Amino acid sequence: MAEIVLQHVAKRFGDVEAVKDLSLTVVESEFLVILGPSGAGKTTMLRLVAGLERPDRGSVFIGGRDVTRAAPAARDVAFVFQQYSLYPHLSVYDNLAFPLRSPAHRVPEGEIRKRVTAIAEKLRIEKKLQNRATRLSGGEMQRVAIGRALLRQPQVYLMDEPLSSLDAKLRADLRVELKRLQMELGATVLYVTHDQVEAMTMATRIGVLNEGELLQLGSPRDVYEQPNSIYVAARLGSPQINLLPAELVPALAMPNGASTVGVRTEHLLISTPGDGHLPARVHRVEHLGDQTHVHLEFRGRNLVTLASPHRSFVHDEQVGLRLIEPLYFDVAGKRIETTAA
Amino acid sequence: MAEIRVERLNKAFQDFVAVQDSNFVVDDRSFFVMLGPSGCGKTTTLRMIAGLELPTDGRILLDGEDVTFKRAAERDIAFVFQLFALYPHMNVAHNIGFPLKCEGVARAEIRRRVEETARLLRIEALLDRKVSKLSGGDRQRVALGRAIIRRPKAFMMDEPLGALDAEFRRLMCEELRDLHDDIGATTVYVTHDQLEAMSMADQIAVMNHGVVEQIGAPQEIYDRPATMFVADFIGSPPMNLLPFEGLLRRGERSVDYFGARIDVPEIGEDRGIGGLTLGVRPESVALSDSAPIRGRVFAVEYLGTNQIVTIDIDRAKVKARLSSRMSARVGEHVGVAFQAPKLVVFNSTTGRATRSALYEDGDRG
Repeated sequence: MAEIVLQHVAKRFGDVEAVKDLSLTVVESEFLVILGPSGAGKTTMLRLVAGLERPDRGSVFIGGRDVTRAAPAARDVAFVFQQYSLYPHLSVYDNLAFPLRSPAHRVPEGEIRKRVTAIAEKLRIEKKLQNRATRLSGGEMQRVAIGRALLRQPQVYLMDEPLSSLDAKLRADLRVELKRLQMELGATVLYVTHDQVEAMTMATRIGVLNEGELLQLGSPRDVYEQPNSIYVAARLGSPQINLLPAELVPALAMPNGASTVGVRTEHLLISTPGDGHLPARVHRVEHLGDQTHVHLEFRGRNLVTLASPHRSFVHDEQVGLRLIEPLYFDVAGKRIETTAA
Repeated sequence: MAEIRVERLNKAFQDFVAVQDSNFVVDDRSFFVMLGPSGCGKTTTLRMIAGLELPTDGRILLDGEDVTFKRAAERDIAFVFQLFALYPHMNVAHNIGFPLKCEGVARAEIRRRVEETARLLRIEALLDRKVSKLSGGDRQRVALGRAIIRRPKAFMMDEPLGALDAEFRRLMCEELRDLHDDIGATTVYVTHDQLEAMSMADQIAVMNHGVVEQIGAPQEIYDRPATMFVADFIGSPPMNLLPFEGLLRRGERSVDYFGARIDVPEIGEDRGIGGLTLGVRPESVALSDSAPIRGRVFAVEYLGTNQIVTIDIDRAKVKARLSSRMSARVGEHVGVAFQAPKLVVFNSTTGRATRSALYEDGDRG
């Protein structure tokens, strides 16, 4: 496995700057997830690493080698696309074995059988090995595509939203499996997605990308707990962080220049009215089973907080709110660091 | 507005039984969700209520009136498909007013009701815009406006948010539910997404293979699943289901899980030795050094608000929802404890929950 280095990479399509002066190192054996909405430049970035696009400026290194001008085939990367691409006339087994049979590899058939069977078990498609690729469900096809990439053992893996076409349950299972496989193989993975749960649960580090710019890079915990901007704070966490104009909460001891206060749902506690707590009104209660989301109205704003599923509320009930560990942002949306208590 | 009563409803397509002996009541002004995997019969049931499909057997009563064989147009029910179907060449006002125009309502009256509907959906400012120029959210609002402007007795909605991405769907769920609270129309909503069902419903009917497995309020279904199917379908991650062999005696308060005594709610029935399954919600699992069940941490998924820790206990993998402050490392040896009052014991053969204090409490409450 190898590291990936992007140095001042830029790519423009007509008027659109898809990637702006992007520098990033994917450390060897790291699972780096780029999180961003559609149009953020995620896929373009991945295609620049794979050699499917040429950068206008900057350089790409894989394993210490400058591959900026190298053809895709010369880069030794495996790419898993959002839409699975299998050979329809081949069986699942032959699809998986395909990269191992290429003239460049020449793996003996016995060894191929061992590796194909092992990966098929991991991805729970071992019973489908003799099926034609076209006789599979979407989820199964995508697992075959992932399996085929994993079997190749290239220098790096590039994955473009590989789980997005799967149903929720399978996606949850494969998140865990993919992360485990990556750890077992010590694989270097650069993975792009718009799904914050995928980013949070799988990544060694998350890079938050928007409009071609890398806004923050750090471990899931760092990015969630110490976001550097309102944008990043709102991008991670479900339900979203509550954001309030600073003037609505004058009682808080705020750092200079604070214009917005951010409070994660788990940091907004419901207590009795009065006692200096912020007065709010219960608007709606959502019972999600494991937890309850309480929608509140506070000075004309909607806030969401968590409550125990067995705490009962009355519609329009008046409650008091307590803020713990609020985050502060300046007028430009940048976070103001406060000394941690 | 209306109460909908479904009695012994059946639907067969040749040999295939799509809906089998369904019985339920949708209360007036309530939001009723039919939840289940594809092919479970939820859409067929909805279409029969709307009059788009005729039942093989059974009755449908709308406000006490038997409408089983009435035509769709005579039922005063609005059917909402995927919300995106708008007329692209018309502006917002014309899209919303279209159903009234079809009914020959006077132009001034249409104008009045379009404005009233737009106000409800907070899209007054968009009335003269082309729909092709709108954001995804505003299009959904326009489509909703078109559905509600007729003020029918009830709404039937078939996965209306299916095509949207997850975050946007959450937002639209909230708006739909708020809108429902404002206009109070009886709504039957079909989805395969349990989170959608949990967050919006007054009552959920969970369906599987044409059969209604359980009907209840979201929290009720979550806390006291009637069957293993329901336990597994609701919750993310779903309930841990741990099979074992054992017997049940009325009045006992524990079961033997492979030599470990697990405290459970007081058992309410006798059963000889046989296949049982212990059901444990992830938030009822705790890590404890003194617990009799041992395992190794298999995976850790950090979610910010909390984390999901998967523990391999040899015979099964158990998922625990833990505070994100708690440290858990892959490979670490841990003890696994369950919160007794919340546990369910299922009969593995029938798939049904066995009687226990947990369910009796539910009946009283």
